[in-house]
Amino acid sequence: MVAGVPHPREMAIDVVNRLQDHYGYLSDDSLALAAGLLEMTPLELEELATFYTFIYREPVGRYVIHVCDSVICWMEGGVNLVAHLLARLGIQLGETTADGLFTVLPVCCIGYCDRAPAILVNRKVHGPLTIESLDRLVDSLREDAA
Amino acid sequence: MSADYPQVLLKYRQPDRITTLEEYRQHGGYTALASVIQNGDPAPVKAVLADATLLGRGGAGFPAGVKLKTVADDAPHPRYVVCNADEMEPGTFKDRVFLHAEPHMLIEGMTLAAFSIRASHGIIFIRPEYESAARILEREIGLAREAGLVGENILGSDYGFNIVVHRSGGRYICGEVTAQLNALMGRRPNPKQPPPYATDKGLWAKPTLINNVETLACIPHIVNHGAQWFKDLALTPEAAGTKLFCVSGKVNRPGVYELPLGVKLSTIIEDCCGGMKNGARFKACLPGGASTGFMTAEHYDIAMDFDSLKKVGNRLGTGAIMVFDHHTCMVAATLNLTEFFARESCGWCTPCREGFPYLRDLLGRIENGQGEADMIPQIKTICRHLWKTYCAFAPGGVGPIESLLAHFEDEIMQHIEEKKCPFA
Ligand SMILES: Cc1cc2nc3c(=O)[nH]c(=O)nc-3n(C[C@H](O)[C@H](O)[C@H](O)COP(=O)(O)O)c2cc1C
Ligand code: SF4
Ligand code: FES
Repeated sequence: MVAGVPHPREMAIDVVNRLQDHYGYLSDDSLALAAGLLEMTPLELEELATFYTFIYREPVGRYVIHVCDSVICWMEGGVNLVAHLLARLGIQLGETTADGLFTVLPVCCIGYCDRAPAILVNRKVHGPLTIESLDRLVDSLREDAA
Repeated sequence: MSADYPQVLLKYRQPDRITTLEEYRQHGGYTALASVIQNGDPAPVKAVLADATLLGRGGAGFPAGVKLKTVADDAPHPRYVVCNADEMEPGTFKDRVFLHAEPHMLIEGMTLAAFSIRASHGIIFIRPEYESAARILEREIGLAREAGLVGENILGSDYGFNIVVHRSGGRYICGEVTAQLNALMGRRPNPKQPPPYATDKGLWAKPTLINNVETLACIPHIVNHGAQWFKDLALTPEAAGTKLFCVSGKVNRPGVYELPLGVKLSTIIEDCCGGMKNGARFKACLPGGASTGFMTAEHYDIAMDFDSLKKVGNRLGTGAIMVFDHHTCMVAATLNLTEFFARESCGWCTPCREGFPYLRDLLGRIENGQGEADMIPQIKTICRHLWKTYCAFAPGGVGPIESLLAHFEDEIMQHIEEKKCPFA
């Protein structure tokens, strides 16, 4: 991936994405490995890793659910939806379910305000959601994982 | 309806898929590029874009023709063209809808812009939430390359221009030009104050032109039909072109509508969006994304263009209209928007890093019934400080707060006096 690129570090996000796709998150070992490939120091890469929303420095569940909490989703009932989701999964925002299936994280407007309230599951958008359609979505994700 | 007005960018929009390369060519796509390449002279492209007074569609409204001209003829190579498809401003989704409709229009527009400054490298910077658009673009760039429309020796000429897609890791500040350059170079995306300007020393210290998706997409049409045609599209004499308005919030049909600049706000809300949801009353809107100010019913019939909004102390921004109804608490809405700016501040300069959390705290206390009257002047003071920050993020972020104070002081006072949110 970095071969033939004049400035390897411009590929930082792509390399991290690839590692995350494989391991789920960016571990210390992955970070050190990536930094080597990118001709950056681990610290330089850490500066990026801690800056971006979609780089996870801690283990996450098989499904990372980013719930939009910006103004349009808020106005369209996003708060109730998130409360329902968390209660159903038995976790708090930022946590992962004990079975390792779901992590729920807040995110700013994901650019689907015409489909508010909206969420991302592993970067795929779902919306507009109701409590019922959200329940169905969680059920189907569980089934897929089984 | 928007169909009552001339459609340019979304004329051939299909409900669920893109316009293919073949279809795009049938609609006259890539003829602008062909004629320009055949002619071989970049000067007329620059001239027609300058005459067309195409103002940047990414939020700042800077004239695209002027920006092109700042790349000096003898500037070093390689030169870059960056397409800003970050679109992280809350309420904004026009570029997403456009990219899922007409990817080749962007590719052609980018290539024309590149040709006019003799750039060889193109990069589309896109937010991670738009992975499907990123894949569409990569695929369609590949098809355009096979057809000889981008890549080496475009249409048999000696001119070459390659385009790649760069995925962001996701932070609002990456939409700001100088931060985006840092992001593209694998550096921490803090903004950097000019000079040097990007068109002078941008990516890897080489001349770099950055434009928004929609701005670039207008270029083929202007080249084909001329500057006067473009100006005549707008309803107000000072404005030029159509605009992709993305409307969200309390309307019946949220979505993206292509309308002439200068169209009335009331026309957009009533005719395009089917009016307010559940028979509610229009209370206010943010006319151009989260970093513009609330506009009340007083301006319900305002002409939506850059000048008209400037005249009432507001901004057209990205053309993202977020509509609030009379059931919505404006303090709570502003609190939510302030939370966004507090979270997304890049943290580089102190007033912004410290100011937004402070404002969020004050607004949060007012909303929760713990407000005091002296918080209002405190908020005003902090907002003033936020105009003196390192980049345009913070002055944008105080837009909703300052307009809340200007138009809804009664509502704030009601929270303070009743010691609770009157809408709860
Ligand atoms: C905090 C911040 C975020 C921005 N985000 C975007 C964005 O997502 N997309 C965009 O096109 N412009 C964005 N801009 C505006 C750009 O800095 C720049 O003006 C624009 O990309 C230039 O293109 P244009 O002239 O074609 O509009 C942002 C500006 C600021 C200050
Ligand atoms: S104003 Fe905010 S976003 Fe801009 S440089 Fe300062 S801290 Fe960063
Ligand atoms: S506010 Fe939730 S997608 Fe825009």
